[in-house]
Amino acid sequence: MKNRIGVLAAGLALTLNAETIFIRNATVMTVTKGTIQNGSVLIQDGKITAIGKNLSAPADATVVDASGKFLTPGIIDCHSHTAIEGGVNEGTVSDSSMVNIKDVLDPTDINIYRELAGGLTVMNVLHGSANAIGGQTVVAKLRWGKSAQEMLFEGATPGIKFALGENPKRQGYPAQGFGLNQGAAQERRYPGTRMGVEEVIRQSFIEAKIYQAEWKAYNEKVARGEHPIPPRKDLRLDPLVEVLEGKRYVHAHCYRSDEILMLIRVADEMGFKIRTFQHVLEGYKVAKEIAAHGAGASTFSDWWSYKIEAYDASPYNAAIMQKKGVVVSLNSDSDELARHLNLEAAKTMRYGGLSEDEALAMVTINPAKQLGIDDKVGSIEVGKSADLVLFDKHPLSGFSKPQKVWIDGHEYFDREKEIETRPEFEKKKKALQDKEAAAAPPGRRRTGAGTGESNPTATNPNWEEAR
Amino acid sequence: MKQAFLPLFLGLSLAAGEGFAQSHATVAIKDARVITVSGEEWPKATVVLRDGLISEVGAAAAVPADAWVIDGSGLTVYPGFIDGMSSWGIPAPATARGGGGATGAQAAATTTEPRARGPEDRPQTFSYERAADLVTPTDSRLESARAAGFTSAATYPTRGIFQGLGAMIDLAGERGRDMVIVQPIGQEIAFRQGGFGRSGFPGSLMGNISYVRQLFLDLDQYEQAKQIYAANPTGNRRPEYDHALEGLAESPRLLLPAEQVQQIDRMLHFAPELKKPYVLYGLHEAYERIEALKQAKIPLLVSLKWPEKPREGDPSEVSSFRELTMREKAPSVPGMLAKAGVHFAFYSDGVESAADLKKALKKALDDGLTRAEAIRALTLSAAEIYGVADRMGSIDKGKIANLVVMKGDAFEDKTTVEYVFVDGQEFHPSKDLQQGPPAGGGGRRPGAAGPATQNEELQ
Repeated sequence: MKNRIGVLAAGLALTLNAETIFIRNATVMTVTKGTIQNGSVLIQDGKITAIGKNLSAPADATVVDASGKFLTPGIIDCHSHTAIEGGVNEGTVSDSSMVNIKDVLDPTDINIYRELAGGLTVMNVLHGSANAIGGQTVVAKLRWGKSAQEMLFEGATPGIKFALGENPKRQGYPAQGFGLNQGAAQERRYPGTRMGVEEVIRQSFIEAKIYQAEWKAYNEKVARGEHPIPPRKDLRLDPLVEVLEGKRYVHAHCYRSDEILMLIRVADEMGFKIRTFQHVLEGYKVAKEIAAHGAGASTFSDWWSYKIEAYDASPYNAAIMQKKGVVVSLNSDSDELARHLNLEAAKTMRYGGLSEDEALAMVTINPAKQLGIDDKVGSIEVGKSADLVLFDKHPLSGFSKPQKVWIDGHEYFDREKEIETRPEFEKKKKALQDKEAAAAPPGRRRTGAGTGESNPTATNPNWEEAR
Repeated sequence: MKQAFLPLFLGLSLAAGEGFAQSHATVAIKDARVITVSGEEWPKATVVLRDGLISEVGAAAAVPADAWVIDGSGLTVYPGFIDGMSSWGIPAPATARGGGGATGAQAAATTTEPRARGPEDRPQTFSYERAADLVTPTDSRLESARAAGFTSAATYPTRGIFQGLGAMIDLAGERGRDMVIVQPIGQEIAFRQGGFGRSGFPGSLMGNISYVRQLFLDLDQYEQAKQIYAANPTGNRRPEYDHALEGLAESPRLLLPAEQVQQIDRMLHFAPELKKPYVLYGLHEAYERIEALKQAKIPLLVSLKWPEKPREGDPSEVSSFRELTMREKAPSVPGMLAKAGVHFAFYSDGVESAADLKKALKKALDDGLTRAEAIRALTLSAAEIYGVADRMGSIDKGKIANLVVMKGDAFEDKTTVEYVFVDGQEFHPSKDLQQGPPAGGGGRRPGAAGPATQNEELQ
């Protein structure tokens, strides 16, 4: 892929200088306000400023003729692990809330571009599920070519990953390691049972409350003019205090209905809210309780039985939870699946009989609601960010392909341009290869320093085409 | 002790093929071309060294009667080169882990350290370890370094995340303590990914970053607590002594890894949190961030280990466009930095033989760096970055007598190093050592692009 890392633009300038774009004659699927045949959408300064049938293009607008094509809101993935450098899990401890995905976002991960090409514009980038309380998480826009800081979704509430069940209790992780890590001994780590997972979470929140009280007492003393020794600032407990204060969302990985109820009880006891249950394959059994807690559910369309706790699943899960009043989204949990979430949405029409709008909502407005960003994205409405996807065919059809993708009114993907520039790109690549081959003919063996066992380019998993 | 040691050291030098180390109280190099770096370039001048210092330099400098005179016609005198970030002089613990050059205490610390369960256990933290206490003139790498024209190095211990307090050293001396010029000069931080479950916290890059962040927060609190306690020790509980934090407090600057473009961005964003002067090292993909680096106004250390096609990989595997670009463009980074006026120096990064060091520097010249800029980056710039330009880095009266005398221009194929003066002590690097098959290379420093571990990812 082209290397689009260019000169840094100032972070604040992202939405400025966006051109005025007029998309006309599209089937505009707003998701929240119905579908407009032969509709037009006007984009100014990165925002949607007009939607309708009988609009005319301003003189300075770039006109996109979308005859026969479908315009949808940008797709939102509520469970992504894309663009994380140096490990998705800090799996060495059972509460790793001190680590933050924001610190290791890699904007050069080629998967960003590939997912963008599938119409994805926003992702909730989560820590893995190795521990009961995982790392801090972040919502990002897929602004390919920009820096990590520039990819962050402005104003989005940050989150933290929790995980229940087999993963945090290390089910199926024998002491001798397995898979690629066969032979690499793993130390047994508390917790080893579901009871232990519950206690880790409870214990951490008890500590967080003590910590919160210590700081409160300290601040009061300072206010009285005393000079006490300040408490230690603890990066592990800070985010949990934020959770207690409602400033940070909890995204909880879970499968079984009993552990879902367990977490709701712990949350009620400790006084925090769960924002979303992730995967939540048995959510259909406890949908009313999830709805009553006010949590969302982000699940898979038809993927299950990959482990014991994922057996009692149903493709009707999303539809059932939705009908019981839960805000439901479908997520990817995968760099591959994130490239066609529109098709995942389509499956809820087959399993559960949802309408087109309800199905599309599963990957647009619903995840936006779950992430607290539905005032800015998730549907085609005047005043929202111009995060849009132009499909050549109906987006719920398996034959559809995104043609153009805009974020904040900037075009970040254009299928035609991508295909057009490929031969030139291949030529450039070939030239580099030839030059290298000529400089050091194969077979020539160098000795000495730099018999490099650790060439960085060979070992970084985030190098494009190397994954 | 000293008497037993000296003959042994000289014996080693001879065995390795370096000419006899001479010690003359006064030396005059006459009629040579002199590149002072700080100022004038003399086509024909005399440099006088006395008692380990440069005592005179210039066209009119008189040759003292007691001087050992070297005819410098046809020779060029440069300031001795400085390795901007090195482990030269420090026995490698990597091969040791219980043997080799590591001291008993070092080895024990490595093998018996319990699995860390969080930042409170101070994992992989050797912030208090002093290069100055570890350096020894018996490190065999010093000789090949001198053969490449290096007389000094900013040297650091090489284990852990917080690797320890560096020292600016001369690459020769009778005992370790003779080599130390200034210490401590900085704290080298490397990110190490232990992986998923085999080692303790931190196992991921984000774990490393949060650990570094936590340790500096702890330092803040520690210093505050110590101050409050010092003012009123009676009736207050004493703050617990923490040598990890003592080491951090003593670090005048931090060295942070930043090899690829996203890592450069990350460190430019992260480093200011730590509230210490900092230097970025690595920089092979810096051609994408010249402007940002210029605006950051921080000094850089560019690795001389240019990325190369992996030699032991699958031959049918095609490198990505980005990898190819990086291998093509990395050596052009120094030239671009020089043009932009960014303050930078070089570091050896595991390139250790004289021939390979020369080759690596030549590559930067071929890709746009001028010879004068290269020499400056290897001498005065390195000294400035560490705040020691008042005593080394150029050929000026009063500075330490660290010189390299070459026949021909530096870095050219046919150029030979005729004399090297370290602290006034004279060496004649053998021709074999300069051009012959290089000694076994050391491993690349970890950090900027430490080998990524294969994690079992639970998603």
